[in-house]
Amino acid sequence: MSTGQERRINGAIPRRRHRGPAVVLVTGVARYLGAQVAARLAADPRIGRVIGMDSEEPPAEFAILLAGGVEFVAADITTAAPAKIISSERVEAVVHLAVAGDRRAGGRPAMKEQNVIGTMQLLAACQQAPDLRKIVIRSSTAAYGASFRDPAVFTEDTEPREIPRGGFARDVLDIEGYVRGFRRRRRDVSATVLRFAPFIGRRANTSLTRYFALPFVPTVLGRDPRLQFIHVDDALEILHRSVVEDHPGTFNVAGAGVITLSQAVRRADRIAVPVMEHGLSAAAGLARSGVKFSLDQLDLFVHGRVVDTTRLIKEYGYTPRTTSDAFADFLRGSGAGGILPGDAIAAAERSILGGIRAARAALRDAS
Amino acid sequence: MTDFESRAGIQYPNGAGRLPPITAPAGRTRKPPVPSPAASLAPEPSPEPSPEPPAAREITDPSLAPGQDVWDRRVANGLAFLRRRLTGAYEVDEFGFDQELTDGVFFPLLRRLYQDWFRIEVEGIQNLPANGPALVVANHSGVVAMDALMLTVAVHDEHPAHRYLRLLGADLVFRVPFISELARKHGSTLACNPDAERLLGDGELVGVFPEGFKGVGKPYRDRYKLQRFGRGGFVSAALRTGTPIIPVSIVGAEEIYPMIGNIKPLARLLGWPYFPVTPTFPWLGPLGMIPLPSKWLISFGTPIETTGRAEQADDPAVVFNLADQVRETIQQTLYRLLEQRDRDGGDAPGASGTPGR
Repeated sequence: MSTGQERRINGAIPRRRHRGPAVVLVTGVARYLGAQVAARLAADPRIGRVIGMDSEEPPAEFAILLAGGVEFVAADITTAAPAKIISSERVEAVVHLAVAGDRRAGGRPAMKEQNVIGTMQLLAACQQAPDLRKIVIRSSTAAYGASFRDPAVFTEDTEPREIPRGGFARDVLDIEGYVRGFRRRRRDVSATVLRFAPFIGRRANTSLTRYFALPFVPTVLGRDPRLQFIHVDDALEILHRSVVEDHPGTFNVAGAGVITLSQAVRRADRIAVPVMEHGLSAAAGLARSGVKFSLDQLDLFVHGRVVDTTRLIKEYGYTPRTTSDAFADFLRGSGAGGILPGDAIAAAERSILGGIRAARAALRDAS
Repeated sequence: MTDFESRAGIQYPNGAGRLPPITAPAGRTRKPPVPSPAASLAPEPSPEPSPEPPAAREITDPSLAPGQDVWDRRVANGLAFLRRRLTGAYEVDEFGFDQELTDGVFFPLLRRLYQDWFRIEVEGIQNLPANGPALVVANHSGVVAMDALMLTVAVHDEHPAHRYLRLLGADLVFRVPFISELARKHGSTLACNPDAERLLGDGELVGVFPEGFKGVGKPYRDRYKLQRFGRGGFVSAALRTGTPIIPVSIVGAEEIYPMIGNIKPLARLLGWPYFPVTPTFPWLGPLGMIPLPSKWLISFGTPIETTGRAEQADDPAVVFNLADQVRETIQQTLYRLLEQRDRDGGDAPGASGTPGR
């Protein structure tokens, strides 16, 4: 942790170029990912100041995290507020995490406003900032869309075949479009775009983790999509390295390997209930509160999505844990509660086998 | 990929759950205690070496199969297979290929058709490499892609290395629920260059049918006439990855559903590439979907090397030339195989008779 005096010196004379940036702005710190990233950066001695921004006050659990050195600023990203902060605080790196796939209050219009207008405002501010040398943007593998005409594995160079129908996927495409424009105008700034697979892990709380917590998990009839996840802790590590080190470019961030939805459901000791594609959203809505399906998720549950992470591993020298391991960690954290546990099946197997052996032995003795 | 496959803690139950062949180590010297129905079902093709029993690669759970008793082992393997399926304790690769399901369910079912119904004979299997990539290019016929499925069995059962042929399928396959998932679990993926090159880059055997729907959906009178070979995307993929092309000719699939008509308006209505009319379909309803038991021959041709020509992958002249060469090889072999089949006594009356050239 740097003292106030050091901070001023670093802020005035940005000479620690070989080290991490002197002033980092993190957006979206009222949510899990933003709060974690900001707290980790604040704890890193290579980083000077960390400013956390969000339009709402962080909830208590994150406020504790941020208390360890993050300067919180309540500001609406969809206004000109970020421009003021970036210029007055002489921000050198911006980590843009206020990009969300699940809806908060306000529904889809508010989500789009935050994702698209927020990114536009932020990038406009970044373009004017003379001290800026790095931006890191949260994107998503949803950018590839999902259709039956797509290749099985997406690389960073795969162009989506058609504009995806999901709102979040379209936001992500828009955001990446703005970043491309920014890269052209500010070639001196290193821009890192991270396309994350869906987050999972024992501490993750997303609509997907809530989905796997349902006792009966609705799936699409006749479909068994290939899924890929990224462990939240690995996502944090990649984000951290993106700020401290220099990794310009666009990267898929996912755990190697694949599990199918049916496998995932069974490993979670749940029971899949296949429903017609059009009924999935309604079925999930009825099943329990907290899970609502967007078109993004529906497309994922029909076609699945798998990405290639060769570029990430080569550039970062870091291999995220596999999709299978990440999912296993999520299961360890979510605890019991399944209605058809694997132990019971293994026990049934042993008793059936024992029964058959006993019966055959009896028959042999009798004859 | 390798990292994914070598992950610890995962059982690789090659063939577990399948009925172990009688020629398993224990059964070779002494007769199994109970007469096995599998023994009577499996025909012994006398001249050819019978497919090496995959039992040698079988991994049995020692805690579950202590005895020498063949039936005990079968029951234990079957139950272990069911348990793994029910608990999700198996692996699929990034294309969705489920080796355990293929070995344990798909191949045993297809093998019955392969051995008893179509009585498939194979020549030139040594032209497939024991390891490393190759692009298998075959003619396509028979209304449904039965020939593709039989080809996967031929490659797995006849080749000493028991390799898996990864098929490239039309996008229509991946649009249809159930079919799409069965295709992926069986090792297929979409016929597109990124997927083809990725599989070849991983060292897989890739199977492609460049005629596509033009081949499977052609009328019976055009049997064994190779259709146009599309854009030759398979040639580009082979050139770019330096993979040998192995031309394969399949005789017999043309006769399983002799297509004498095509109801185009109905096809359009259903979104199908064609609506087949055969002597039995749709007249006999589901019964009409039983394929005719034609005699099949599959010939694997000499590999065509493509190494060191990556820069020619985008040259249309080179691509079309090579595609034509492959096409001509397959066509000539088809004529030869047809004559051979006629000479060997032919088959059902409808199946014999070389079509007009």
